[in-house]
Amino acid sequence: MSFSQNTYIYLIVAALTIYAIRALPLTLIQKEITNTFIRSFLYYVPYVTLAVMAFPAIITATSTPVSGIVAFLVAVVVAWIDGNLFKVAVASCVAVYVTELIVL
Amino acid sequence: MEPRLETGNENKRWYMRGLRDGIPIGLGYFAVGFTLGITAREAGITAFQMGLMSLMMHASAGQFAVITIIAGQSGYVAMILTQLVINIRYLLMSCALSQKISPDTSMPKRMLMAYFVTDEIFGIAASVKGNLNPYYNYGAATVASPGWALGTVLGVLVGNILPLSMVSALSVALYGMFLAVVIPAAKEDKAVALVVLASMAGSLAFTYLPLLREISGGTRIIILTIVIAAAAAVIRPVPPEKITGVSAAEEAEKETVNETEVKP
Repeated sequence: MSFSQNTYIYLIVAALTIYAIRALPLTLIQKEITNTFIRSFLYYVPYVTLAVMAFPAIITATSTPVSGIVAFLVAVVVAWIDGNLFKVAVASCVAVYVTELIVL
Repeated sequence: MEPRLETGNENKRWYMRGLRDGIPIGLGYFAVGFTLGITAREAGITAFQMGLMSLMMHASAGQFAVITIIAGQSGYVAMILTQLVINIRYLLMSCALSQKISPDTSMPKRMLMAYFVTDEIFGIAASVKGNLNPYYNYGAATVASPGWALGTVLGVLVGNILPLSMVSALSVALYGMFLAVVIPAAKEDKAVALVVLASMAGSLAFTYLPLLREISGGTRIIILTIVIAAAAAVIRPVPPEKITGVSAAEEAEKETVNETEVKP
């Protein structure tokens, strides 16, 4: 499928939104946020978002659900032992590759 | 908060330190960017658009959502809302950084710093002891940003020459990285662990249950994030001292704890 020029409008809209999020606190907020609810809400937000995006998408991303499930389990275990982003990413990729060598 | 002279030499030292700490980030970005490029290629994004997107956004999850929304032509309002929800964590990180730099840091410096607020750059910046000099972030961004952009562009360009087995394997890298942020935090904090479990259960339900599965991916993220994070904030308010160092900071600290003690 091909995209019309509105791809660039989409990109600009997304970039401006993301930059506003990053720039507003750094440029405007001089004092600390004291509202406990807002602080707590913001604290939990990344974890919900990332968890929702990772699962079950990781299981359906590969050629077969079996390797996706293995990748998920390996990622969780490696992240639990050593939270290094790069290691976890590589470990889950290797897990998929090896699993598919066996089952496919 | 000791007074500090902003000499050019000192800025240079912070910049070099940032460069060095940014190298593993750049490498990781390259690998993950490559897989994002493959996804983008499948959605019909060109290499030029991808490189432009990467340099404008530096946001893995955010760009993933951008591709999804463009592919589905979901509209500009959906784009704004989804980006707000997915990237709201940068608001928190930006808040934390605003407390970490000298109060008299100039506006242009703050604006440039804001441009490169990513999970990983924030992670190493937040783990710097004491006050932070923005040049540290600029140094890290100097290697991280090209790593990210190059990875995504090459993913679009040569993603198709890889054998299917490799593409299948690489396609989980991004999700692995998301889990690498979430799982260590869940290990440290029982409330986060419950939040993560609830999120995955919710996401599973929205993926497979009738009616719920009609809701688009972007909307699913918005609904689940607002509901679960708000519920968690009410049930388990977070004590102030825990806010500034999210898991990315702890993660980076583990890696760079011996090197990141920047001289004041």
